[in-house]
Amino acid sequence: MSAPTNHESVRVEVRGLRKSFADHEVLRGVSFTVERGEIFVLMGPSGSGKSVLLKHIIGLEEPDAGELLLEGQGIHTEGLRDRYRMAMVFQSGALLNSLTVGENVGLYLREHRLRPEPDIRRIIAEKLDIVGLKGTEEKIPAELSGGMKKRVALARALVIEPQLILYDEPTSELDPLIAITIGQEILALRERTHATSIVVTHDRDLAFGIADRIAMIADGEILEIGRPEDLRRSQHPLVRKFLTADFKPKP
Amino acid sequence: MFRDIGGLVLLFWRTLQALPLAFRHRRKVLEQFYEVGLGSLLMVCILSFFIGGVLALEIGPVMVERGLANYLGGIVGLGLCRELAPVLMAVLIAGRIGSAMAAEIGSMAVYQEIDALRTMNINPIHYLVLPRIIAIAVGLPMLLIFADLVGWMGGALVCSTNQQVAVGMQSFLSNLRSTVEIQDVFHGLIKTFVFALIIGTVSCHQGLATIGGPRGIGRTVTKAVVNSIVLILILDYFLTHLLVQIEK
Ligand SMILES: Nc1ncnc2c1ncn2[C@@H]1O[C@H](COP(=O)(O)OP(=O)(O)OP(=O)(O)O)[C@@H](O)[C@H]1O
Ligand SMILES: [Mg+2]
Repeated sequence: MSAPTNHESVRVEVRGLRKSFADHEVLRGVSFTVERGEIFVLMGPSGSGKSVLLKHIIGLEEPDAGELLLEGQGIHTEGLRDRYRMAMVFQSGALLNSLTVGENVGLYLREHRLRPEPDIRRIIAEKLDIVGLKGTEEKIPAELSGGMKKRVALARALVIEPQLILYDEPTSELDPLIAITIGQEILALRERTHATSIVVTHDRDLAFGIADRIAMIADGEILEIGRPEDLRRSQHPLVRKFLTADFKPKP
Repeated sequence: MFRDIGGLVLLFWRTLQALPLAFRHRRKVLEQFYEVGLGSLLMVCILSFFIGGVLALEIGPVMVERGLANYLGGIVGLGLCRELAPVLMAVLIAGRIGSAMAAEIGSMAVYQEIDALRTMNINPIHYLVLPRIIAIAVGLPMLLIFADLVGWMGGALVCSTNQQVAVGMQSFLSNLRSTVEIQDVFHGLIKTFVFALIIGTVSCHQGLATIGGPRGIGRTVTKAVVNSIVLILILDYFLTHLLVQIEK
């Protein structure tokens, strides 16, 4: 185990991805490319396969068919993870419940022995500060609210300074002000490390605020893909509904 | 269960390959060791005391009746350190430690903590399995030494206090000393070491393979304990067979 130190950003290609669980086909031939340093937002109804898609991209699930390429290499290529730093912010946070908040955030640096201990402490404090959780190092995950867990998970991912980062609904459960900070941090991370980012979200403000391109996925297929302004002009009924629905009763 | 054997062997092999990293993970090894060792010491002592006692109580009267009272210490001593203490302590630890390992790793699998480790390029085998298997493989044989000593004391005490047995503590112990040799203790230690590897590997393997929610974790714990005990009892016979051959 070692940790890569290069800073090139990576290009992600998803080609003809198919995945079924039992006889339920969740992904039915999904293809798209995310360019180096791009912020790519995935939107779509609940249950449409967004989380499953992210897990494939980072190599946690095996596709039934299709390919996932990072810089042209399959995600399971030997040593790929030692070459590129990747991170994922899970929808549920997925903090290690037996570790404190600080230990969770510092886990990557400590396990890979990337920095001396005082540096690690400083970095932990710094990243917790970014997500608005200054001074919570000694808390355990069970003591946190859902939104706080999510933010700790984000801090844990930021520590990696990833070249590819996947966010699974980073702003759900967060209040609007913190959601904006998180959005800004996604942009700032790209500035700092040129990270390629793939963001799954239901938050239209976030999507249109940070995306270079947006893809709409429904029932395991991509309906529309393009820049935010392209999406706004989309004729696809579901996309229109998804982007414009509000609380006003229909006339 | 036997379907899992392939995966079990593979996990064990991967853990062996990771052995050079043990020093790096020494803090986690120590943590686990504390759980296995100190956490179980009292229970091991109480149980082995009674096992030694009941062994003397069962065999004692028969031997006294046939005028073999002098051999009681040796028989109880051998039976304990070669067979009963290793197997029963392994069963106890499978229930106490194996179940806890399986439940902890199982809940980590269910709540995506292991996925999170993978995304951080942290190998769950190095991070979770290695420290546990080392801790149990070192800890259980150490517990066995306590079990042997306390079990022998239990036997001696029953002999000297129970009317039906009526072999003095002195003669029990001196016969034990002259019969039980260091290699008999080793015989038990080797078995225990193997049992410890079985418990550690089976429990971690079941834990990693957990799917579903709380019910999945429950199933995992049951399977970890039952499979460990079954494997221990079956392997016990073959291992003993092998060791007896070697000792000859
Ligand atoms: N491990 C699994 N086993 C069986 N089915 C699964 C599994 N993971 C996901 N699914 C199914 O795949 C479908 C898509 O799930 P996914 O979690 O990707 O949805 P999503 O688009 O992320 O939804 P949400 O916006 O609610 O998070 C769902 O119908 C779900 O039931
Ligand atoms: Mg999801």
